[in-house]
Amino acid sequence: MSKHTLSVLVENKPGVLARITALFSRRGFNIDSLAVGVTEHPEISRITIVVNVIEELPLEQVTKQLNKLVNVLKIVELEPGSAVQRELVLVKVRADNETRSQIVEIVQLFRAKTVDVSPEAVTIEATGGADKLEAMLKMLEPFGIKELVQSGTIAIGRGARSITDRSLRALDRSA
Amino acid sequence: MTEQATGAHHPQPRPRSGGQQSAPEHVTGAQSLIRSLEEVGAETVFGIPGGAILPAYDPLMDSTRVRHVLVRHEQGAGHAATGYAQATGKVGVCMATSGPGATNLVTPIADAHMDSVPLVAITGQVASKAIGTDAFQEADIVGITMPVTKHNFLVTRAEDIPRTIAEAFHIASTGRPGPVLVDIAKDALQARTTFQWPPVQDLPGYRPVTKPHAKQIREAAKLLSQAKRPVLYVGGGVIKARATAELKVLAELTGAPVTTTLMALGAFPDSHPLHVGMPGMHGSVTAVTALQKADLIVALGARFDDRVTGKLDSFAPFAKIVHADIDPAEIGKNRAADVPIVGDAREVIADLVQAVQKEHSEGNAGDYTAWWSDLNRWRETYPLGYEQPDNGQLSPQQVIERIGQLAPEGTIFAAGVGQHQMWAAHYIQYEKPSTWLNSGGAGTMGYAVPAAMGAKAGQPDRTVWAVDGDGCFQMTNQELTTCALNNIPIKVAIINNGALGMVRQWQTLFYNQRYSNTVLHSGPDADGKQPSAGTRVPDFVKLSEAMGCHAIRCESPDDLDKVIEEANAINDRPVVVDFIVHEDAMVWPMVAAGTSNDEVMFARDVRPDFGDNEDD
Repeated sequence: MSKHTLSVLVENKPGVLARITALFSRRGFNIDSLAVGVTEHPEISRITIVVNVIEELPLEQVTKQLNKLVNVLKIVELEPGSAVQRELVLVKVRADNETRSQIVEIVQLFRAKTVDVSPEAVTIEATGGADKLEAMLKMLEPFGIKELVQSGTIAIGRGARSITDRSLRALDRSA
Repeated sequence: MTEQATGAHHPQPRPRSGGQQSAPEHVTGAQSLIRSLEEVGAETVFGIPGGAILPAYDPLMDSTRVRHVLVRHEQGAGHAATGYAQATGKVGVCMATSGPGATNLVTPIADAHMDSVPLVAITGQVASKAIGTDAFQEADIVGITMPVTKHNFLVTRAEDIPRTIAEAFHIASTGRPGPVLVDIAKDALQARTTFQWPPVQDLPGYRPVTKPHAKQIREAAKLLSQAKRPVLYVGGGVIKARATAELKVLAELTGAPVTTTLMALGAFPDSHPLHVGMPGMHGSVTAVTALQKADLIVALGARFDDRVTGKLDSFAPFAKIVHADIDPAEIGKNRAADVPIVGDAREVIADLVQAVQKEHSEGNAGDYTAWWSDLNRWRETYPLGYEQPDNGQLSPQQVIERIGQLAPEGTIFAAGVGQHQMWAAHYIQYEKPSTWLNSGGAGTMGYAVPAAMGAKAGQPDRTVWAVDGDGCFQMTNQELTTCALNNIPIKVAIINNGALGMVRQWQTLFYNQRYSNTVLHSGPDADGKQPSAGTRVPDFVKLSEAMGCHAIRCESPDDLDKVIEEANAINDRPVVVDFIVHEDAMVWPMVAAGTSNDEVMFARDVRPDFGDNEDD
């Protein structure tokens, strides 16, 4: 099993996300994480999908099927070596006067932020790659995690090139 | 249909940008819809009105360019649109109201999706403010049909109607064709708007590739000249691309054997000496074996469906694969391709012809002499055939064979799904494209009668025979009423063996002859031991007469030709012939599901001897 990160540029129209996620489940693929947002061009949305791929079902088949969706403009697979990948975590950790300073120390080690404090708990905001966040959560676990919320991975290629440039040209041509 | 091997690009409407637009007309959304259908060239629409689509039916009444055929069930409208599209090559159109009207279209839409049929389904939707409130006759038909359409649209604003209809027809008919659904909210149909044609299309993400890559074409031609045992494996894409004339040139130029799939019957003349039959689960021994022993398979508009390949990992173990298809996702989906070619079949084959000619001019023509001596030996030893029942009953194969032989030139045949479908594939000779319509991918029982209706509506001067089973016939025969009332005189042959024959065949072969729920006409007065001598409930002759058809029953081989000729002679109303046939007839050859095509059985317990162990 291997994980792949796909950046999918789509028309910013109702129902497009449903078309994409339904295609994954219909074709037997599991979505590991999903993040959607509008791009620098308001008519284009960008969906970042991390997908688990098993050997019998090559990723190529799902990207080809995705390309057939009329609302899909472009699909790029972002290789971990040449892309920046980030997730956001908000985590509420049990904390009292004895443990609070230890927790804050962990927060600083991971360059995370304390965003809310109460007598019984600390809420921490952290961004980073999946490995870093996993390591931080492991450190926090002994204190007692009361609540955890994670965003899907978002990713962008390194360097000056932009994957939205050419898709926008396609939009211009048709107008 | 005229055919020319020109290799010319067949016209594909491109999204327009600007250009001359007609003067704006002040209309309702409903009028805008009908005007759009007129402009896009939809001559025939099959449908049934209901609450949400009702506004559209008012201007439809006044249209002189769009003929509406009032069907009895929305499923009939969908299959009729498919039959119309398959027989004419144009986009088929069906219309239904919201909720159950729309959900009744799901089966024919899924059917058209599996067989890549250009179809536009127009459904009414509840008013936009009521969407999502579980309103009366509300169904999320866009959500429901998402997995079974090429694309679908929900229209909630009247001004979007012309553009959406233009886009729907463009998407349905270009690239790999398929069904497109347009769901229109009732208030959008009622609102005032302006109509202008052509609208500006906005499909930035839709760019089908039709022009094949020259390097891949050269590579394919090289493999063809180097191969010793090539096969041209031809699928329905060749008919859709109108590439049959080009195919004939390619086949005769190379001298390679041709096999046409169930979807491609008629793409290459059955009578042609290079034709080795249909491949697959019920393919000819020669075609199945040719693929198994081939060293090169050139797949043209075919998709390596499981019914063709059998057990995939033992399919064509020695073959290099050239796979040409307009849908990139089909290439490498089931079988890895050595030479992938994305493109329209007509352009691919035309380019291949030139590339092969170039190979020949350089002295590199393939030599398939030894291959043909194998193929001819198999053909002579294992021809298609059947035995007459020894109790004097009609043989279903003979009925179908005689219908084919007595049919006028240019007759279109539509089949249901099951044994009769396979016999119609085997025992009718198909010489021209678009003369064989059937539900190949989805296997939709009940396809034949409405599809034949659609074909006849689109080709009124041609004879259209539906070859149906008694099981299938009971699913959609209500459309005979539509045929009788709308001057659509189709002919229906019910191959009546009193049973769900194909399922019964599997029960015979794989379930110890335990015939669970496959006898159709047994009841208190008949034990079902001999299904074809059942209760005659329903009586198909009376049933058909009640629907305005001329109906005949045929039970004896002596009457067979007379009855078929009587049916062929009647053209002022639909004809139904109830052929009571022997129930134990089976479809052979057969590759049992899940086994390798090497295990093809010529008849029960008869495995062909391919001389695998021959030393001499």
